[in-house]
Amino acid sequence: MIKVEDLHKSFDGNEVLKGLTLEVKRGEVIALIGGSGCGKSVLLKHVVGLMKPDRGCVIVDGKDLSTLRGRNLMQLRDRLGFLFQGGALFDSMTVFENVAFPLKEKTKLSDDLIRERVFQELERVSLSGSEHKYPSQISGGMVKRAALARALVTDPEIMLFDEPTTGLDPVIGLAILNLINACHERFSFTGIIVTHAIPKVFDIVDRVVMVHEGVIRGDGTPEELMDSSDPVIQAFVGNEGAA
Amino acid sequence: MATFARLADMFLLRKLGGAGLEYLYRMGVMGLFLLKAFFYVFIPPLKFIRVVKRVHFIGFQSMLVIVLTGGFTGMVLGFQGYNSLSKFGSEAFLGPMVGLSLIKEMGPVLTALVVAGMAGSAITAEIGIMRITEQVDAMELMGLNPYRYLVVPNLLAIMISLPLLTAIFDVIGIFGGFLIGVKLLGVGTGTYFGEMASYMAMKDIMEGVYKSLSFGIIIVWVCCFKGYYTGVFTGFGAEGVSRATIQAVVLCFVLILAWDYFMTSLLF
Ligand SMILES: Nc1ncnc2c1ncn2[C@@H]1O[C@H](COP(=O)(O)OP(=O)(O)O)[C@@H](O)[C@H]1O
Ligand SMILES: [Mg+2]
Repeated sequence: MIKVEDLHKSFDGNEVLKGLTLEVKRGEVIALIGGSGCGKSVLLKHVVGLMKPDRGCVIVDGKDLSTLRGRNLMQLRDRLGFLFQGGALFDSMTVFENVAFPLKEKTKLSDDLIRERVFQELERVSLSGSEHKYPSQISGGMVKRAALARALVTDPEIMLFDEPTTGLDPVIGLAILNLINACHERFSFTGIIVTHAIPKVFDIVDRVVMVHEGVIRGDGTPEELMDSSDPVIQAFVGNEGAA
Repeated sequence: MATFARLADMFLLRKLGGAGLEYLYRMGVMGLFLLKAFFYVFIPPLKFIRVVKRVHFIGFQSMLVIVLTGGFTGMVLGFQGYNSLSKFGSEAFLGPMVGLSLIKEMGPVLTALVVAGMAGSAITAEIGIMRITEQVDAMELMGLNPYRYLVVPNLLAIMISLPLLTAIFDVIGIFGGFLIGVKLLGVGTGTYFGEMASYMAMKDIMEGVYKSLSFGIIIVWVCCFKGYYTGVFTGFGAEGVSRATIQAVVLCFVLILAWDYFMTSLLF
């Protein structure tokens, strides 16, 4: 479903991705781990076509992203959900309007149905009661949950989560992971979760992939990675490194 | 030593060439930006509610400042015009002088400068913040075209509001000239308005309208462009937004004045 081949990307001479290759099968959910600033967000942005590779290619659902333009690119993006690390809520709209926005603009659902869907989604991320607040009036964790609701409300086939639990307290963090899992059971998206919630996230993913210095350092089931003898991987997922 | 100097020369040359190319590239991007914006004006669906909101934002909120600037400009023209004209004993032509200066030059230019400083800088800041907080990316990922939501409504709204604001500026200005010339300095009311009417043609009024329409396009083009490319061309963060805003306003001022000269000298 998602195939990244030999991806190179540098910013002003700073080489961030150095020939990264990754494949995610249909319906599979993987955890993407790695140190801060190692290029996880950059990788996700390549998968959705927000950034263009210097070299290498990204293939989503059999289509090379660099060949897609205009309508075709839009059609692909309609099937895709993205949770930004910073939330990226529209700050001139309320939480409700934010979550309703993709439904209003992209579907022909009636206002009543949209209302129902939005309230249902807000309930799931336990944000009921905050729907009339603006993003600047709610906490960082609430922004992230609202953004999650906005990303999931269209039932996307491919979901990319950039640090869905960072900055949340452990209880809400766990609830979010369970929510992601429940959504996966409901409409079985293909997903990549960038996270530092190790080992909690291991319960809900099929595979764990570790990025280190611009390439994939480790790739396997959670058990395989935990048993790995590579010290870099051990530092991350080993019992001592668990955070 | 000579080789060293040659190397330094080459380095300088390459740097200059690089800067020149970069400059050309940015101008190309900016040109494409305007083309795309116009393209999406004609591709439905049009976000009508957004256009109305932007008319309120650009037009209505600048009104008070326009009234003040227009009034004082007209009053100054009244004084200065009377002073110059009375040297030749032709105070009777104060009306046409004030009217023509306002309608052909001062009205469109000053209104555009005020709107560029107020609404234009706000547009750049708004889109710039949306860019650095990834709201523009989020919109794109929803399969929605940012031009349609952020640029087109501003473009249409300014093409509606700027000529209207200019008209208000002109009328208030003419009234300001009337206050000074007629009420204070004693030119006859009939002379002031009568001569004005006989010296002013539809062509002069249309010149003002064309100018303000094109200034409006310049303002939205520059300000949306600078906001949209905040980060890439100006650096990130709050500083990037402030730099983009300053650049937008300065570029608007320069382009408006240069384009005004161009239109006046070549087209009319
Ligand atoms: N738009 C950009 N321009 C320049 N450098 C960038 C940009 N985006 C990311 N980087 C750089 O790429 C590196 C990886 O960033 P990122 O992918 O955000 O890390 P993380 O793995 O923590 O998500 C960082 O060094 C960052 O400075
Ligand atoms: Mg990141």
